[in-house]
Amino acid sequence: MSASSRLLLDKWLPQLAVSPALVVSLVFFYGLTIWVGAVSFTDSEGVVTWNWVGWEQYIRLFADDSWWRSLWNLARYLPLVVGLPLILGCLLAMLLDQKVRFENGIRTAVLYPLALSWIVAGTIWRWLLTPDTGIEKWLIGAGFEGAVFDWIVQPRMSIYALVIVAVWASTGFVMSMFIAGLRSIDDSVIKAAMIDGASKPRIYLRVLLPTLRPTIFSAALILLPAALRTFDLVVVLTQGGPGQSSVLPAFYVFDRFFRRDQMGLGAASAMVLLMTCAMVAVPYILGELKKHRHD
Amino acid sequence: MRERLPGERRGLGRWLVYGSLLLSVLFFALPAWFALVNAFKPLADLQAGNVLGLPSQWTLEPWVEAWSTACTGASTCGGLSRYFIDSLLVVVPATVISTLWGCFNGYVLAKWRFRGVDQVLFLLMFGIFMPAALFVFPLSVVFSQLNLSHSLVGLVLVHTLYSVPVALYFRNYFVGFPGELIKAARIDGAGLWVIFWRVVLPTAKPILVVVGIMQFTAIWNDFIFALVLAPSDQQLVTVGLNNLTNVQEDVPRYNTYMAAAVIAGAPTLVLYILAGKYFVRGLTAGAVKG
Repeated sequence: MSASSRLLLDKWLPQLAVSPALVVSLVFFYGLTIWVGAVSFTDSEGVVTWNWVGWEQYIRLFADDSWWRSLWNLARYLPLVVGLPLILGCLLAMLLDQKVRFENGIRTAVLYPLALSWIVAGTIWRWLLTPDTGIEKWLIGAGFEGAVFDWIVQPRMSIYALVIVAVWASTGFVMSMFIAGLRSIDDSVIKAAMIDGASKPRIYLRVLLPTLRPTIFSAALILLPAALRTFDLVVVLTQGGPGQSSVLPAFYVFDRFFRRDQMGLGAASAMVLLMTCAMVAVPYILGELKKHRHD
Repeated sequence: MRERLPGERRGLGRWLVYGSLLLSVLFFALPAWFALVNAFKPLADLQAGNVLGLPSQWTLEPWVEAWSTACTGASTCGGLSRYFIDSLLVVVPATVISTLWGCFNGYVLAKWRFRGVDQVLFLLMFGIFMPAALFVFPLSVVFSQLNLSHSLVGLVLVHTLYSVPVALYFRNYFVGFPGELIKAARIDGAGLWVIFWRVVLPTAKPILVVVGIMQFTAIWNDFIFALVLAPSDQQLVTVGLNNLTNVQEDVPRYNTYMAAAVIAGAPTLVLYILAGKYFVRGLTAGAVKG
């Protein structure tokens, strides 16, 4: 090989090597997305037909009470399943930072849900939350005659049954991230605060918590998209019921596609869901890339 | 690691710390306890109202039933065993292929500068945020047209493609990796591939373990792709478990359901017990660093 062609190859090889990955992610992620986007502008019902109807499916979508119900449910679900794990995880991390015994055992007991699927966790929780078989039955058996714990079958409370399981599943890893964050804070910061005579809770809240901002940010960034996509949990716990009381957008999308044969409407709702995810993703990614270019 | 604060060794604060920790452990461990004790109980125990206590009489019957005879449909009564094996047939190849491919892509993205690298990074990072519910419908159409819906190969393929963004984890790792070795190898005339196999792969072991475990867990636990894309005679374990617990029976067999749930969660739980620290590392390795 001549020196010049060798140089040329060196220049292009990375592009050639990474291009299968690029082509594949382009076709897979974006080709399919564009296709779904196109379907959302057709009148497809049971099968895909290419009759263009403009924005009609979107108009239909936003006239649909159960879509609004799923958005309203998301508005109640999202702040709780992002906020509660952050607060509880942070508190647990600070408690574990007090030189407690059995630290590793406690961490294991809080973190293991991370390894389980929503289906396994949801199967167990479903029986725990069902009044006839779980906590309520146990409470009555233990002598609390009038005990009631039936959120899962109450239309007004069923979304909070999902919240319990989601918080149970994700608090552990938030805690782990906070512990890692706490342990990486420099000693001198704390010593300086102690010399100033600050009390311990005050040190944690006023001195350590602000330095943990990047940890809070990255934990929220794992929790938020996961919460937006919640599907398995709805299927296994409530099937969206009772009635439509625990339907979330991803479940709505799936339901239109596969159970009601409303392809156009399903596609329109999928695009709205994607836009919602993009509102979280794009600012974050652009920020990250900017950082990366500055280094 | 810093020294932790000198705490008061006893007193009210100490009680408060241990009390709240105990309550949290009770809450988080409750489902594990519930599943395990009930999977060893005869059904009569449960009907009598003993749902959280130890079995009055220990039995292995629910386990045998969940593994080999429980019904997962109107006429299929073979327990979870087939689902379990079919899941392994998807998870093992998909984990190995997606991890190695991600490693290669991550290395190229980190070490070989080329035009358009930012655009590639943007597309990959956006991929992490995309909801799977968006893809299952077009994929089901693609599957039926390409005749992929009769084997598990298609599912391996989908998981591999969906996992392309794991390249970012490797990229972050290799960005902090000293360039001298690679430079020396390049001066010696080694090409991209040779450098990858001889120099990069052996040094990437820690991140390979982290991403491998993450991929195994994610693919084993996947439900939505398995639900839509698996062949009807080769369903995977998450779907099998969901079917098993939804079969209409005169008397719901909660003890069998709990044993089935533990069986379906066992591979990833064992992995977690053996290699828990890698789980946590995987969580924080995703953010792009300079």
